[in-house]
Amino acid sequence: MEQQKEAGMVGMWIFLLTEVMFFGGLFLAYTIYRTTYPQGFLYGSHLLNVPLGGTNTMVLIISSLTMAMAVYSSQKGDRKKLIGFLAITLALGLVFLVIKYFEYRAKIDTHLFPAAQFYNPVTPQVDPHHGVPVNLRKEVQVFLWIYFLMTGLHALHMIVGAGILITLIILAQKGKFTRTYNSPVEISGLYWHFVDIVWIFLFPLLYLTGFHVGGGH
Amino acid sequence: MADHSHEHSQEHPDNPIKYYVGVFLLLMVMTGLTVYVAQFDLEKHWGPLNALVALTIAVIKATAVVLIFMHVRWSSRLTQVIVVSAVFWLLIMLSFTVSDYFTRGGWPTTLGK
Repeated sequence: MEQQKEAGMVGMWIFLLTEVMFFGGLFLAYTIYRTTYPQGFLYGSHLLNVPLGGTNTMVLIISSLTMAMAVYSSQKGDRKKLIGFLAITLALGLVFLVIKYFEYRAKIDTHLFPAAQFYNPVTPQVDPHHGVPVNLRKEVQVFLWIYFLMTGLHALHMIVGAGILITLIILAQKGKFTRTYNSPVEISGLYWHFVDIVWIFLFPLLYLTGFHVGGGH
Repeated sequence: MADHSHEHSQEHPDNPIKYYVGVFLLLMVMTGLTVYVAQFDLEKHWGPLNALVALTIAVIKATAVVLIFMHVRWSSRLTQVIVVSAVFWLLIMLSFTVSDYFTRGGWPTTLGK
């Protein structure tokens, strides 16, 4: 039993290792483009909403604590607390996704999604340049591509995580987990914490990079 | 022989809640700190200083999550080796590729209009 559990945990860690390389490739792209287009990244970073990004950072940190508490409750065989903590974690994950939705919505509405209608507002009240100098617009577009790609992939992981949490809650209600059998909860906990770690890096690298450039935009 | 696979570096504490709350508080304080520091233009002292401070804080946060929330501090040696190798391979990928890109020249540094 102990050996089965260990095998499961090691398997999950191997999967997380592949996830590190997966996100790592995007962080690599970020590093190369940021070094190449530092001005574009400063202006681009300025376009992001720091209060919303910061709130989401705290939401994920709280959700990691509640997930750790859920795992602890399952180890103690406390089904009521397990379901409670899983439900809070799920709720916080959904709060994150709702905030992310409003952030994306605002970017798309102000023509900052780096696709066909980029910098091409049909509504006259929108400043088409967002204070970005003409010669830096293409560079800002590169930043926004990286932003949507990395946060989008992260949000996809959050959606998968929410699905996992719903499954765990249903299984816990059916009484599938006991003091001696709780590997699915522990393994899901590892996944949830990993997704939190990705955001721990995304928040400063995307939102705070241009924060010190006062007055701009 | 069989016992080796269960060899734990440190015993898991009976009540880890105080560790969890400690990490939670550390993460919250570090988040505030990274936002606070990001307001200052450290780049006038040294180009990558803002990024370096932000990354140092992020690495501290991530390490705390891995060690305590993900139980690696109390995990088997095998798990710990996997975690270290993940970081190791990531650093190889980042450092080799970055050093290749920026030693070739000819990479366009402006995109124009």
